[in-house]
Amino acid sequence: MHALSGLDLEVPRGTVKALLGPNGAGKTTVVKVLTTLIRPDAGSAVIDGIDVLAHPKSVRRIIGVSGQYAAVDENLTGFENLEMVGRLYHLGGKAARLRAQELIDLFELTAAGNRPVKGFSGGMRRRIDLAGALVFKPKVLFLDEPTTGLDPRSRLALWAVIKQLVRDGTTVLLTTQYLEEADQLADDISVIDDGRVIAEGTSDQLKAQIGGHRIVVALVDLADGESAREVLGRHGEGDPTVSDDGRTVEVAVTDGPRALQNVLANLGEAGIRLHDAGMRRPTLDDVFLTLTGHKAGPQTRGEPDEANLEKVR
Amino acid sequence: MSQAGVLRAPSDNRLALWYSDGWTVTKRNLIKIKRSPDMLVFAVIQPIMFVLLFSQVYAGAIQVQGTDYVQFLMAGIFAQTVVFGSTFSGGAMAQDLKTGIIDRFRSLPMSSSAVLIGRTNSDLVLNTISMIIMMGTGFVVGWRVNSSPPEFIGGVALLLLFSYAFSWVMALLGMTVNSPEVINNASFIILFPLTFVSNAFVPSETLPTPLRIFAEWNPVSSLVQAARELFGNVGTAPVPDVWTMQNPVLTVLIGIVVMLVVFVPLCIRKFASISSR
Repeated sequence: MHALSGLDLEVPRGTVKALLGPNGAGKTTVVKVLTTLIRPDAGSAVIDGIDVLAHPKSVRRIIGVSGQYAAVDENLTGFENLEMVGRLYHLGGKAARLRAQELIDLFELTAAGNRPVKGFSGGMRRRIDLAGALVFKPKVLFLDEPTTGLDPRSRLALWAVIKQLVRDGTTVLLTTQYLEEADQLADDISVIDDGRVIAEGTSDQLKAQIGGHRIVVALVDLADGESAREVLGRHGEGDPTVSDDGRTVEVAVTDGPRALQNVLANLGEAGIRLHDAGMRRPTLDDVFLTLTGHKAGPQTRGEPDEANLEKVR
Repeated sequence: MSQAGVLRAPSDNRLALWYSDGWTVTKRNLIKIKRSPDMLVFAVIQPIMFVLLFSQVYAGAIQVQGTDYVQFLMAGIFAQTVVFGSTFSGGAMAQDLKTGIIDRFRSLPMSSSAVLIGRTNSDLVLNTISMIIMMGTGFVVGWRVNSSPPEFIGGVALLLLFSYAFSWVMALLGMTVNSPEVINNASFIILFPLTFVSNAFVPSETLPTPLRIFAEWNPVSSLVQAARELFGNVGTAPVPDVWTMQNPVLTVLIGIVVMLVVFVPLCIRKFASISSR
């Protein structure tokens, strides 16, 4: 089994590309190949004109990596972690300390900078880790599920930091299983499943690909399920879907507002009572469901044992 | 943020970079020793306990020809402590792999052997601390060195060199297993018999024949015998007629060289391909 096969990516300078897919789709493998951590069996990758497989050390000088598991030393303070990374970039002691302090200030970690990371919250660890990726002011930043496991507040804070970096001209490759995250941060999204790109484009393009609005109604009486489905089916494209609990029925439509009016009128004539009714724009969840036939989100799959990267550029 | 500012182009002197990278990682590991109490217990309390327990509990029961048990015991405890002290390198590599910090190191333009150099260096420091504490404790319970200063220094150097070389073996193991716990369990199952079925705590001629033969060829026995000779703690019992026991210092030196020549390159190669998860 190959973790990646026929995966082809291109990220223009100064833009943010999101790799969107469930666990096991191969996102982390892509990041590991591009950040020189693993060698693919086949394929090629070029970052800023440098061949990743031929010159891994040169690539390491221009990239920054922040992973899913905050790669920080628990026993060092935030400051010591950043200083160590600076020294390993060969900045020299003085410059490494200056840069560490700059980043501590930038990430508003001043209060925690001088305590061992052990006592930090998950959000603070991620910020230290991200700061570690920025020590040498990378041209290309790799963020592998940067906010997985964070509470909503920390997630928003980290998004703000990433948006600022992008404004300053950093090229970013981001992996995520959160559709909202890709929507918020990325110029361009590649949807990945089973090691291949199954769709590509901006958030709006992907949404357009699967039709316009969705009409959603919530039933008062579960017994009305079948007749509600029939009514929605008359106005929608494709089959309406019913939620697991049978309470909500949903269908994709072309002319949203008019369809909603007609649906409501027809449901009224049929004597079907509603708790709620409305129209929404499609989310990337819908994109994923339409493209792969399964929902985006954590899934259990066998660990791929081999990487086969056809072409990453 | 601009590319200029405090960031200067890295120096091109590879040797200087290798040295400074190794030192940076060593420093990181030493801070860890300072800040985690369990490691201090391991390095400080355990050696004191071992010397006191063995010397006080067994001294009356075990007879050694031509010397007293405390003189006989100390080289055995030194050897056992440096062998177990080296396993720490394996556990720590496995731990670093698990937490993901290896991925951070591997994505930096640092020297590819620096993490391993730093690891084995800091464990050498830890082993040296343990050794000094054991010697102090041994002195309190009556241990004396009966050899010349160069021989004494040679003995200490041999024990520490052995621990350093063995650290590389354990580091490779640490990069190969799935979790730090595996290292602890494996070293317990393999190293306990290895150190006990030897001449470390009892004269090997007192063992039943199969165990005696094993003990005589056991590399730990050579290490213990070498240390005993260099510290002037041998009794009057004849040394087993086995080449490795007749030439213990040479045997240990050969062992050190072989471990380094084989495992340093293996470790560096392995490190270039490991990644967490």
